Amino acid sequence: MIKSKRTKLGDIIVVILCLVLIFICLVPMLNVLARSLSSTTYLIRNEVLLWPKGWNLDAYRTVLNNQRFVHSLWYTALLTIGCTCLSLFMTIICAYPLTYDHLKGGKFLNGFILFTMYFSAGMVPHYVMLNNLGMLETVWVLVIPSCLSVYNMIIMRSSFYSVPESLREAAEIDGAGPIRTLLQIYLPLSKPVLATLALFYAVGRWNGFSDALLYIKTNRDLYPIQLYLYNILQNASSGEAAAQEGFSMPGLSETLKMASVMFATVPILLVYPWLQRYFVAGVTIGAVKG
Amino acid sequence: MRRALAAEAVAAKAVRKRGGYSWGTYFRRYWTLYLLLLLPIIFFIVFRYTPMAYILMAFKKNNIIKPPWQVAWAKDNGFEWFIKAFRDKQFIRALRNTVTLNLLDLVCGFPAPIIMALLLNELAFKRFKKVTQTILYLPHFLSWIIISGLALRLLADNDGLVNILFKKYSGNPEAVIPFLSKENWWVGSYIAFGIWKEAGWGTIIYLAALTGISPELYEAAAVDGAGRFRRMWHVTLPGLRPTIIVLLIMRLGYILGSEFDRPMAMGNTLVTNVSTVLSVYVYQKGINGGGQFSLTTAVGLFQSVVGVLFLLGANSLAKRFGERGIM
Repeated sequence: MIKSKRTKLGDIIVVILCLVLIFICLVPMLNVLARSLSSTTYLIRNEVLLWPKGWNLDAYRTVLNNQRFVHSLWYTALLTIGCTCLSLFMTIICAYPLTYDHLKGGKFLNGFILFTMYFSAGMVPHYVMLNNLGMLETVWVLVIPSCLSVYNMIIMRSSFYSVPESLREAAEIDGAGPIRTLLQIYLPLSKPVLATLALFYAVGRWNGFSDALLYIKTNRDLYPIQLYLYNILQNASSGEAAAQEGFSMPGLSETLKMASVMFATVPILLVYPWLQRYFVAGVTIGAVKG
Repeated sequence: MRRALAAEAVAAKAVRKRGGYSWGTYFRRYWTLYLLLLLPIIFFIVFRYTPMAYILMAFKKNNIIKPPWQVAWAKDNGFEWFIKAFRDKQFIRALRNTVTLNLLDLVCGFPAPIIMALLLNELAFKRFKKVTQTILYLPHFLSWIIISGLALRLLADNDGLVNILFKKYSGNPEAVIPFLSKENWWVGSYIAFGIWKEAGWGTIIYLAALTGISPELYEAAAVDGAGRFRRMWHVTLPGLRPTIIVLLIMRLGYILGSEFDRPMAMGNTLVTNVSTVLSVYVYQKGINGGGQFSLTTAVGLFQSVVGVLFLLGANSLAKRFGERGIM
């Protein structure tokens, strides 16, 4: 009797500890959300903590009226969708042939591909080469160099490996070629991993910032949302810089910055919880390296 | 037609068992596989291997107008830039910062997901556990740019949430904790936000490993009178040992790797002395107006080569521990 009571107490302590973790996780975001919804008067008086004061949506309205910002948001969304589709396609066509263990030259190709995961030429050689290809300042520089991740390819391949080989043999005996087997057997059985990889690629592109910073300097129309935000957060305290980002006011007010941050965050918040079951499986597969 | 193909497939399997086709026959039968691989192979050649040719710049005179193979060799048998780098105080500083931040990340950040996984594992309520996990995974999906915005609002000297509360309750309106403006405090904040972002995500792999521990072990331990903590110590942690070792060794292998987004976003002009890591150094000296392309290529090469050596070392270490390693 006494023992079970003690266990219950332990359970409650565990729950409390978890609540503390949840709180730590959410505080920074609640703080920013509260600031974005508050009026500037309360913000300047440092009275806004985790709950908005002087509740209003002005900041969001102003941000949505900023053509540059809205353009960047739409452009990044389209870029993300396009990149995700292309990346998934590339990942599938790279991973699938490598699952044929009798593929001639497969061992060499495997090493050829895995090597690039461990050794990279570095930032400057990539930059100079893309410069020579004439890809700087174009949208392609954000799409193509990052369209295939070896790590994700390995996850895809592990998932293909888990399809029983007897299914493939049965399909071959029924007269299906490799591509038909891929389309009709492998892909339908790999939906969870496809969802995971789509999420990884999409989040990677949506959050991607370094390639844009390195490769796109003058063409502001091609700034993805994160680079745009970076400029707002780092430089836009002066009126001149704010004007450059499309805000017509002396200096960028606190609430506007916070509202912009929320706009870049919300799309991810809306998507990832629904895929949780899948990405947990995907991460676990990735850890069991092939 | 179908039957013929089927017969061929059966025959093909038999041939494979005997030791395989000649290249010609094999290619005629499986050419579609190579067709699929064509685009990825071109991708790897153009965007991963061609840049490696430009590594040559590290041994040539600084010139990006001409391709590196037409440029004259650098001084000191081509090693001019490596020697210059190691004489450059800023490079040494960047190297020191990279190693320091990575080591601190390792020491503070590595145990965090293990402890969190142990905690989640003790959670008795299924639905609450799932909600907790969803929330703990969230920061992983935020970019460092967004996190830098969150961090600034939380920790800024004058109007950050923590300092607002600190001023209010310490009774001294002038008192501030310089989380982001003093070097040592900044390092602490940098590490803390690294943990904040990735610890929850890191639990996934440990929780997966935990499902592999047989419940009988827990029952046996309970019968022997082991309480919550002794079960954790004698059953759960030993069950996690292989995962912990592999992940630890992989982390050791990346000790000279440097992130780019994170220091770029979290850094500010007051703390460049501790926030400039190698990738930021390369960016500033090479691409962002510095014009030192050969020098920064040399630094990048140094980083890549040492990275591979560490990884190989870590891998053989893993194998010595009787684990599978990562390669």
